[in-house]
Order: sequence, then structure tokens, then C-alpha cells
Amino acid sequence: MDVTDLRTVFHTQDGTVHAVNGISFYLEEGELLSVVGESGSGKSVTMMSLLKLLPMPPAEIVSGMVDFDGRDLLELEPEELRQVRGGDIGFIFQDPMTSLNPVFKVGFQIMEPLKEHLGLSEKQARKRAVELLELVGIPGAADRLNDYPHQFSGGMRQRVMIAIALACDPKILIADEPTTALDVTIQAQIIELVKKLRQKLGMAIVWITHDLGVAAGISDRIMVMYAGFVVEHAKVKDLYKRPLHPYTRALLATLPTDAEEGEDRLKSISGLPPALHEYPNSCPFAPRCEFAFDRCQKENPPLMEMGDGHQVACWWDVEKGAPR
Amino acid sequence: MTKHDQVLVKAQNVKVHFPIHKGIFRRQVGSVKAVDGLSFEIRKGETLGLVGESGCGKSTAGRAMLRLYELTEGQLDFEGVDIAKLNPKELRSVRPRMQMIFQDPQACLNPRMTVGSIIAEPLDEHTNLSTAEKREKVKGLLDAVGMNRDYVNRYPHEFSGGQRQRIGIARALALDPDFIVCDEPIAALDVSIQAQVVNLLQDIQERMGLTYLFISHDLSMVRHIADRVAVMYLGKIVELAEKRDLYKTPKHPYTQALLSAVPVPDPEIEAKREHIVLKGDVPSPANPPKGCNFCTRCPIAIERCRTEEPELRELKKGQFVACHLAE
Ligand SMILES: Nc1ncnc2c1ncn2[C@@H]1O[C@H](COP(=O)(O)OP(=O)(O)OP(=O)(O)O)[C@@H](O)[C@H]1O
Ligand SMILES: Nc1ncnc2c1ncn2[C@@H]1O[C@H](COP(=O)(O)OP(=O)(O)O)[C@@H](O)[C@H]1O
Ligand code: SF4
Ligand code: SF4
Ligand SMILES: [Mg+2]
Ligand SMILES: [Mg+2]
Repeated sequence: MDVTDLRTVFHTQDGTVHAVNGISFYLEEGELLSVVGESGSGKSVTMMSLLKLLPMPPAEIVSGMVDFDGRDLLELEPEELRQVRGGDIGFIFQDPMTSLNPVFKVGFQIMEPLKEHLGLSEKQARKRAVELLELVGIPGAADRLNDYPHQFSGGMRQRVMIAIALACDPKILIADEPTTALDVTIQAQIIELVKKLRQKLGMAIVWITHDLGVAAGISDRIMVMYAGFVVEHAKVKDLYKRPLHPYTRALLATLPTDAEEGEDRLKSISGLPPALHEYPNSCPFAPRCEFAFDRCQKENPPLMEMGDGHQVACWWDVEKGAPR
Repeated sequence: MTKHDQVLVKAQNVKVHFPIHKGIFRRQVGSVKAVDGLSFEIRKGETLGLVGESGCGKSTAGRAMLRLYELTEGQLDFEGVDIAKLNPKELRSVRPRMQMIFQDPQACLNPRMTVGSIIAEPLDEHTNLSTAEKREKVKGLLDAVGMNRDYVNRYPHEFSGGQRQRIGIARALALDPDFIVCDEPIAALDVSIQAQVVNLLQDIQERMGLTYLFISHDLSMVRHIADRVAVMYLGKIVELAEKRDLYKTPKHPYTQALLSAVPVPDPEIEAKREHIVLKGDVPSPANPPKGCNFCTRCPIAIERCRTEEPELRELKKGQFVACHLAE
């Protein structure tokens, strides 16, 4: 999949919100790309735009191309797009409670897409649903098909969501903060599961998270977002070893380290992320950036290639301590 | 750490059970054992971290420490006085000294009140200060939490999550408390804002000599802020130790699993790390397992664990563990 210059805005009563501001990225077969950034940075809107999962209006995709298997997803007819959603591309939403329908049995919700996309019969779909629940590690799968979502724990609901997303053997799985609402031990279970499934099924995964710890353990590549822009993109090792954007560096620095001396203060980033009401003509991180200089106020830096696929959108070279 | 040696709060076998009622006669058919026999001390000036998975009873324990819940059983000394037995009038006189900061700063600030009146509310209730004195005090509190004095006449919805948390902290400080229960004070905040609030909490602790019970599921943050840490599972403390001992040499199988589940923000370390992945979910506190609470998920459980409940015992100086096999 190849995404070029994706822009999404929301038309609200208070004016236009520029949620996604010209994002380009690619996803190769079988790899795992993490998207990190704090809340409101545009992670979910970016991924939901790809499949037009946003309410339109208020949302509007102003530009962009999403090339998938030689087709532009943004140009597809609604019927064709429906085939892709839940077919070749599986989606796990941020909140499993709102995305599982509480009035339908879990079995029904897994079997529906199987019947719709793969044309399976009731019996075949049931068999496959049991396999899927077993695959995601739900004990007594056959009996649990008749349960309702509220009869499952948070971690199990998330497993069911994964099972639904995997139902039609997707080539791409997009997981929006799949573990954020879960406890660490359950998060560890889900991460373990996703690692196993990846080996077994070989699909590509986009993993949205705000947790740099989680991203470190599972990703091949990482994309850091801020205010609707990609500000840094690198292979996972490069990003942690050699973060180039001041925001990435600051985020890594705010994490508490193993140092035991509680007297030390954490490094913090002052200020707040910007409101997205105007399309920025300056670097959106400038008000919070310790390196900001005059150019940052005049021009918003584009994503620039630094070699070996490491890209950064910043006018300041933090390694040399000088402007680029 | 020898600097904290005076005991401020001492809990002994504290239990909080919530009755479950069923049927038209609302007959009690059982109870949720949210907190089921906690014993520990909190020392003056220290931060005791309280960690555990959701539903394990952390918030209930925190609220019980302030007697916001009636105890089902147990004794709770605050500076040597058992506050579990105080009558409402006596309780009112100790209330100002114990405060709470909540997870969701949105939910606990009345949207129709100005920032000034939110912070002054406890002053109205518990002091006889004049209006002018209160106004001064509120301004001082805004200074203390790093907010602009001009915000007194604004409303909570005009502020970000981190700022609302500061307002909540200012309010908790209004009556010069000694003891503050911080219930997941940063869980609802973004990573870049969490550090700001944690630094603020540490600053005011030093300045005002506060004692904290810091409840969190974020083990790395607790490691940063706490002096000692208690780990809860299903209503009970399974391990309690100096921070260093707990993180370096955890003795309880649950503590070990919990720590191993926390991802490290370094891909090279993560690639080599062995994770202990626990099977299954936390059992319901309405129906905890027999014997050791953790026996349904414990990777090393033996027969004895299913029949006999392990006592919290002092394994080495200051490190308490509730496990038959720990040594
Ligand atoms: N339905 C909507 N109407 C108006 N604005 C919206 C809507 N949905 C999202 N936005 C705005 O778009 C921006 C990006 O939102 P998005 O949900 O993608 O962020 P995120 O990175 O996923 O954050 P979180 O971690 O909180 O989910 C935010 O400024 C948000 O307020
Ligand atoms: N008022 C109440 N009535 C009944 N059960 C409750 C009540 N408050 C909490 N519980 C139950 O007690 C247990 C512990 O809750 P809580 O202390 O809020 O957990 P935590 O803060 O660790 O997430 C949970 O199972 C919860 O559902
Ligand atoms: S462009 Fe300037 S303000 Fe923006 S991150 Fe780089 S140095 Fe900071
Ligand atoms: S007492 Fe038994 S079940 Fe409980 S933690 Fe120890 S070994 Fe595990
Ligand atoms: Mg989101
Ligand atoms: Mg809680």
C-alpha cells in the first residue's frame, strides 16, 4: 500500500479542523509499521481516511491517493470499498466496547463478514468462527459463540475484535490502540498473540499507539505524528538510537528511566499541542521546541530524507547543533 | 531510606466488601470483596505506590484510607487515632488533613463553577476565612500549581486535561492537608503532559511535607515517584517493599509477571527480553479462588496453593511477600 499526500479536515461550527495535513507513507508486505503520537495528533483519522470510515460530513478528504494493489481506494465505488473493508484490510478500532455490537451474539458478529465477503454457508462460517476464536486464544470457543460481548472481559473482547479483523485473511491489519485500554499483563498477552499471528499468517500490520515502549518491541518501522503531520519516520532501531526530531527526542526523554533516585525531576515538554484550526505556516512544534529559531516561525519544514529511509521534518540538525 | 520513620497511616486488616443484592426482596446473595484484608503503614513524608491491574481494588483501598467508604472490618489509624471508629463530628475535624486527587479531572470539577470557586469550596466548608482572605489563598494556590492567577474566573471546560488536573491539585491543597491519595492522577493525560504533573506533585510534596498514597497502573512512573511500593491482586497485597528491592528482586510470582509485562522503550533490549505471559484473566472479586488468590494464573502454583492462603510475611528486611514458595 502506498499513501500519497493525504489531507483530511473536519468542518465544524468553530471552523475547519486540519486533522491530517498531507501525509505520505507506504506499507510493505508482512511488515509492521507503528504510528505513535499523542492524542489528537491525527493517528486514527489518518487510518480511518484510508477506508473512508469517517462520518462525511463533517469529515472531508481534501486530497490524497491510496494505492492498494494497483487501485486508488479513495476512488472506489462504495460497494467496492465495502469489499475491501473487512476483506483485504482488517480494522481493529480503538474502543472494543463501542465497536462490538452489544445486542448481537459474538458468533454472529464473526460469521457475518465471513458470509458476506467469502460467501461461506452458515455451517462453514460457524466452523471458521470457532477456528478464529481458537486462533486468538479464547478457551471453549464453540460454546462462546453464543455469548454476548458483555459476557467477555476487556482482554477477551479485544481478542474477539482481532478475530473479526482476521476473519477474511486480510493482507493488511490496521490496529488502532488495540491495547491502550488494557492492563499490562493482558497487553502482553495481546502483543504475544499478534507476534504469533504475524509469523503464521504473514500479513502487514499498522499499529497505532502512544506508548513508545510497546512500539519498541513490535515494530519494523515507526512513524511519529504531531499536529496532523509526520515529523519523523525511521526503522525502529534508528528511531530509538538516533532520534532526530526535537519532539521525538523530548518524548523519549520524558519517559521515566530505571534511575532509582526519586529526587530527580522528569524532563517535561512545556506547553500543549496546538489547536488545529489554522493550516500552519510555521513549524507546529515551534511553541514547545527548545531549538526553535527564526526560520521555524516562517516555514513549516517538510519531511526530509536523512539517509537509509530515516526522514525528519525539522530545520535544526540536533546532532550538529546547527541549522540544516 | 531512613528519612521517613514516623508512621502517619496504619491499616490493619482493612476490608471493604460491597453487598450484592438480587431478586424482588433485594436479598443479599454475596459480596464483592473489593478490599480483603490490607495491612500496611504509610510513613510521614513518603510516597507509597499502589499498583495492580484494573479491578484489583486500588481505588477502593484509596478511598477507604480516607474513610470515604465505611470499612467492613479492620482498623485504620491516622496519627494513632482509629478513624474507622470516629463519629461524623470527629471525622469532620480530621477530614481537612486528608485529601484526594482523581484520575479524571474532568469528572470531578463542577462545570458550572469557576476555577476560583472550585478551589475555594473546601475553604467555605471548613474555615471561617473572609472573602478577601479566601481570594488571596486561592491566588496563592494557583501560583503553587503553576497556573496563571487570572484564571480564577474561568470555567473548567476552557482548560486542557493537564491544566484541569492542576486545578484539582490546587483544590486538594486548599486546606493544607498532610496526606493525599492520588488515584491515577496522570492516567488520563498525554505522555508529554504526564511529566509536568508528576514534577508538580513532587515539588509540592517537598515544599509542603506531604505524604502520598500514589495509585497507578503505570509501573515505570511509580518507580520514579514512589519510595516504597505495594502490589495488589484481587483485593490483597501480594508484595510490599522498598522500591529498589521490588523492582530489582521481585519475590512474588505476580510482581515478577507484572514487571516483565512492562515494555521497555528500547528495541534492542525488547528483542532480547523474556516476557512472562500470564494465562487467563483476573478472577471475579465476588468469587475469589480458594487458597492463594493468584493460584488460577500462577505459573508455579502447587497443590498447597489451592487450599491454603499464604500470609504476608517479611522475607527480608522491609520486603513483605504473600506466597508459599517465595524465598
Ligand atoms: N468527528 C470529528 N469532528 C471534529 N474533529 C474531529 C473529529 N474526529 C477527530 N477530530 C479531530 O481530528 C484531530 C485528530 O484526531 P484523531 O482522533 O485522529 O487523533 P488521535 O491521534 O487518534 O488521538 P487519540 O489518541 O485521542 O485517539 C483532533 O484534533 C480531533 O479533535
Ligand atoms: N460501589 C461499588 N459497588 C459494587 N462493587 C464495586 C463498587 N466499587 C467498586 N466495586 C468493585 O470492586 C472492585 C475493585 O474496584 P476498584 O477499587 O474501583 O478497582 P481499581 O481502582 O483497581 O480499578 C471491582 O471489581 C469493582 O467492580
Ligand atoms: S523546525 Fe524548528 S521548531 Fe520545528 S522542531 Fe525543528 S527546530 Fe523545533
Ligand atoms: S502461593 Fe502458590 S499460587 Fe500463590 S503466588 Fe505463591 S506459588 Fe503462586
Ligand atoms: Mg485515536
Ligand atoms: Mg481505579
